[in-house]
Amino acid sequence: MSTTSRRGFITTGIAAVAGLSAAAVAAKLAGKCGLVPPDHGGLYGPGETLTFAAQRLLTRHSMAREFDRSQISAKPLANELAPLPDEYKRHQEAGFVDWRLNVEGMAAKPMSFSVAELKSFPSRSHITEIACEEGWSYVAEWKGVPLSYVLDRVGALPQVRYVVYKSIQTDWWDSLDMADALHPQTLIATTMNGGDLPTGFGGPLRMRVPRQLGYKNVKFINNLILTDDIKRFGKGLGSASPEGGYAWYAGI
Amino acid sequence: MADSTPGGAILASDAVAAPRAESVVAAAPRHAAFVRITHWLSALAFFALLVSGLEIVLSHPRFYWGETGNVNTGVLFKIPVPSSRALVPTGYGYVLPDQNGWSRALHFQSAWLILIVGLVYFWLGLANGHFRRTLLPARSDLSLRSLGSSIADHLRFKRPGEEEAWSYNVLQRLSYLVVLFVAFPLIIWTGLAMSPSFTSAFPHSVTLLGGRQSARTLHFFLTIFLTLFLLVHVLMVFFAGFRKRMGAMITGWVPREKERA
Repeated sequence: MSTTSRRGFITTGIAAVAGLSAAAVAAKLAGKCGLVPPDHGGLYGPGETLTFAAQRLLTRHSMAREFDRSQISAKPLANELAPLPDEYKRHQEAGFVDWRLNVEGMAAKPMSFSVAELKSFPSRSHITEIACEEGWSYVAEWKGVPLSYVLDRVGALPQVRYVVYKSIQTDWWDSLDMADALHPQTLIATTMNGGDLPTGFGGPLRMRVPRQLGYKNVKFINNLILTDDIKRFGKGLGSASPEGGYAWYAGI
Repeated sequence: MADSTPGGAILASDAVAAPRAESVVAAAPRHAAFVRITHWLSALAFFALLVSGLEIVLSHPRFYWGETGNVNTGVLFKIPVPSSRALVPTGYGYVLPDQNGWSRALHFQSAWLILIVGLVYFWLGLANGHFRRTLLPARSDLSLRSLGSSIADHLRFKRPGEEEAWSYNVLQRLSYLVVLFVAFPLIIWTGLAMSPSFTSAFPHSVTLLGGRQSARTLHFFLTIFLTLFLLVHVLMVFFAGFRKRMGAMITGWVPREKERA
């Protein structure tokens, strides 16, 4: 064993330290640029982070595919539905006239909107595919108020980093980063295929995020919270999904 | 990389032209270090992808063609297995537990591993002439007569001669080329074509395949193809001599014949 192997050892050591420092700097930068998902820890954290960061870099401004009216599925699928609370049934019987969407958190003017108010706002519609993580899918026409419009309306503060959304089914809550929250196709949907959103599909209000899988499109939403600190919600993983083993980011 | 010196490369290509194993045994390893490392990392990732992928299929063991498909629509085919979702009519009186959470996480993390390992392999393989030297069949081997005799040897289960421990035969070369340059790129492509985010940036990645459900079905067919390849690959390792083939892929060197007695 000679100077060459010692030199090799030292070189390898310096390279390793340099590599680790570079990785640390990259991680810090990625965090600053919003490329690290809230559920970046644990055994599968590296894969989740790579997927989220890569898709954010590639797709920050891209639009989900839109379809012709002729491609709308004749038989959309509502998926299984957990039993709804009595409170929902009371709203349903009353025609959702008292259903409110409370918008709170880091907003200049926190507000609460009725379904009718949301329907009176400038709307956008798109014919897009919704795909379940299980593999099945359908195409429907969705109409609603862009989430970005609601954020403007309440005066969302510039330091907001996530929009948390909650459902009347209290074990369902999720969040979007600003790239998806401000995306023009992200809607608070009130209408599907020309009619009021049916109960199975999340009526009266459903978050519609066409660049992510079905489970990100939470049904029966009644609460938005604007925040810069996602760790304060649930177990700090960004949504209920990672608490059940699923990824917070559902772009794939 | 380090051990595929120019001298080794020349000798290895000599071995292809004139397969006299003894003359080249000491000159270069059977498998370069980068081939061995990327081989075993890919094997690990492929195993994880296969297990997690089959588990994910259990949540919806139905396949469709075109853009959309669900339990309200007709199927292209279904697999007669129980499902992890009550939604799917399977004919079984029970529902399997939902294991999609870790399966999806493992699937995508393993996909990253095999993608990175694959890119390193292709880059090094192109840079040092590995593909040209060890995988591209010689023109003379592609004649009908030569291909026919190789196929006949395989059909007769003729054990490979000593020289084949140091070089791939023409059928091996062709199947490795198809797996590396056709099946793996296609399975990555069809996988990405199922991502609503990826396809928002690259819509042709899914429209060229005929829609999202077509991409999913093709992804499944490619899985079957690669799994069949894996089965034949492992069977051939046993058939050709497990100790020799395995030894070569682990240490780089073919274990000596006399130790086998």
